[in-house]
Amino acid sequence: MLTIAGRKFRSRLFGGTGKFSSPEVMKEALAASGCEMVTVALRRVDLNNPADDIMSVLDRDRYLFLPNTSGARDAGEAIRLARLARASGGGEWLKLEVTPDPRTLLPDPIETFKATEELVREGFKVLPYINADPILALRLQDAGAVAVMPLGSPIGTNQGVLTRFQIEIIIAQAQVPVIVDAGLGAPSHVAEAMEMGADAVLVNTAIAVAGDPVRMARAFAMAVEAGRIAYEAGLGAVSKDAAPSSPEDGLGFLR
Amino acid sequence: MFTIPEFSALQDAVSRATEAEVLRALHSDRPGLAGLAALLSPAAEPHLAAMAKRSGVITSQRFGRTMQMYAPVYLSSFCANRCAYCGFSADNTIDRRVLTFAEAESEAMILHQRGFSHLLLVSGEAPAKVGVDYLEELALRLRDRFAALSIEVQPLATEEYARLFRAGITSVAVYQETYDRDIYKQVHLAGRKADFDYRLETPARAAAAGMREVGIGALLGLADWRAEGLALGLHLAWLRKHYWRTGLTVSFPRMRPAQGEFKPLAPVSERNLSQMIFALRMFDPDVGLYLSTREEARYRDGMIGLGPTRYSAGSCTAPGGYGLENAGGEQFEVGDNRSLAEVSAAIQKKGFDPVRKDWDAVFQTKEDRQQAA
Repeated sequence: MLTIAGRKFRSRLFGGTGKFSSPEVMKEALAASGCEMVTVALRRVDLNNPADDIMSVLDRDRYLFLPNTSGARDAGEAIRLARLARASGGGEWLKLEVTPDPRTLLPDPIETFKATEELVREGFKVLPYINADPILALRLQDAGAVAVMPLGSPIGTNQGVLTRFQIEIIIAQAQVPVIVDAGLGAPSHVAEAMEMGADAVLVNTAIAVAGDPVRMARAFAMAVEAGRIAYEAGLGAVSKDAAPSSPEDGLGFLR
Repeated sequence: MFTIPEFSALQDAVSRATEAEVLRALHSDRPGLAGLAALLSPAAEPHLAAMAKRSGVITSQRFGRTMQMYAPVYLSSFCANRCAYCGFSADNTIDRRVLTFAEAESEAMILHQRGFSHLLLVSGEAPAKVGVDYLEELALRLRDRFAALSIEVQPLATEEYARLFRAGITSVAVYQETYDRDIYKQVHLAGRKADFDYRLETPARAAAAGMREVGIGALLGLADWRAEGLALGLHLAWLRKHYWRTGLTVSFPRMRPAQGEFKPLAPVSERNLSQMIFALRMFDPDVGLYLSTREEARYRDGMIGLGPTRYSAGSCTAPGGYGLENAGGEQFEVGDNRSLAEVSAAIQKKGFDPVRKDWDAVFQTKEDRQQAA
């Protein structure tokens, strides 16, 4: 079972609340995904309003609420948002997103690192969203991040695990859970990430904008499970060459 | 500094595109400026349905199945400029008024009660009536009650934008009106606004001051819309290069009947407007696109999901128009008179979520203020 900062998760699929056609569709899709951790953009919700369209349909007993700092351009803004979230009952878990370029929404490694150091000091359980940079992942782990969330490809692109090579290194090196986040556009993408040994994946856009988000959520849940089982079962080695029909081919000169 | 090519050169570029270039742009992830020119060209007209589809797919991918809702608050109808097309033009005889802070707050709170948390503060360009001091004070009064405050007022200096940013203004919209220098001169008869280049450099000043978002636009009906579309693309691309931290938006104000009986010099049909919106969406998948209540309900409903990402609702273009007696004259007549609830219902019916809050005052809140609160 997946454990992050001492908390156990049966599902290795994490959900998001953005981009859905309605709060009701979001609620149904999250239920169908079986996820237990859901990220919510602090900019999007009014934590102090019990009638908030997203917060009012999210069952806090069922889901661990993972506020995110989407929109923050630098460490200062992210820290302010995090403090506000905690003061309004948002809890200590935080998906740290620092994305100064509103176009690509790629994470700023320097500001993310600074904010992680500060927020860890303040007692937050920080899950930083990062580019798939293995050294940065290690630095964040050493700074106290409870997990790292490298991107598969830029957010919202549905391009899949384009950063495969670096994510393999991160998985091999990290002592904290690795959650592949962003760009996972199809169940096959998450199966790939899970087969590689990712501890979990976070999927939002691909479910939210699917023709039928509820069924798509289910498809992602199944793919996560399949990928995880395959990883645990041990995949056969991948080779570009066919196995020689006779193991002695080309060795006839040996006496 | 951003410079714009001769308008005739832009017209040339959008008129000579071939169908092959249109098809290439239509199937490209990054059509670029050459592709934008093709998509704006007459050769693209037979492909409008394909453009709509592509634009819709890109929009859903980047923005999800959502539409951000906002409303304007008109602060003042005083204007120091003489613009041939505008209801607020200095030489029009309308009832002028500027709202007191209490009045502006009361108008804003009416919108708050109706469910808006993104406000656009609009005024005629009369710095003596609504200057930086006024806007700063009003922003400080409103900031904690709204998620985001934008302004559409006279062009300001960089330091002035920085002051307003600190006071809680999140974004600035300044429309060039037209990128055609000759037409610009012809319709901007007097006032500070007559300076084409000062206005052209304004979005960059707002971005340099740290504004989260900067909006540009052309007033459709003044000059060849195809060339205006290409100019907007050039402006967007330049801003993206130089101010990569700034979010960008484009508005498509199409001329509506206004006081002064000005007839559009270059009428733009709904079909033309749609082509322009689809082309810019395909050119820049991340740009926020506004479609205001200038347009009729039927058209706005039809465009849901095809490109625009920001809709206003229940707008009134007269200062004090929401709740005060003796509201001033309107800037223009709106085409969609439906309430927020009605527009939201139409958006939901199309399978989209009308989002009322997608920002938070805390982004610009100074730490000391937060602790004091």
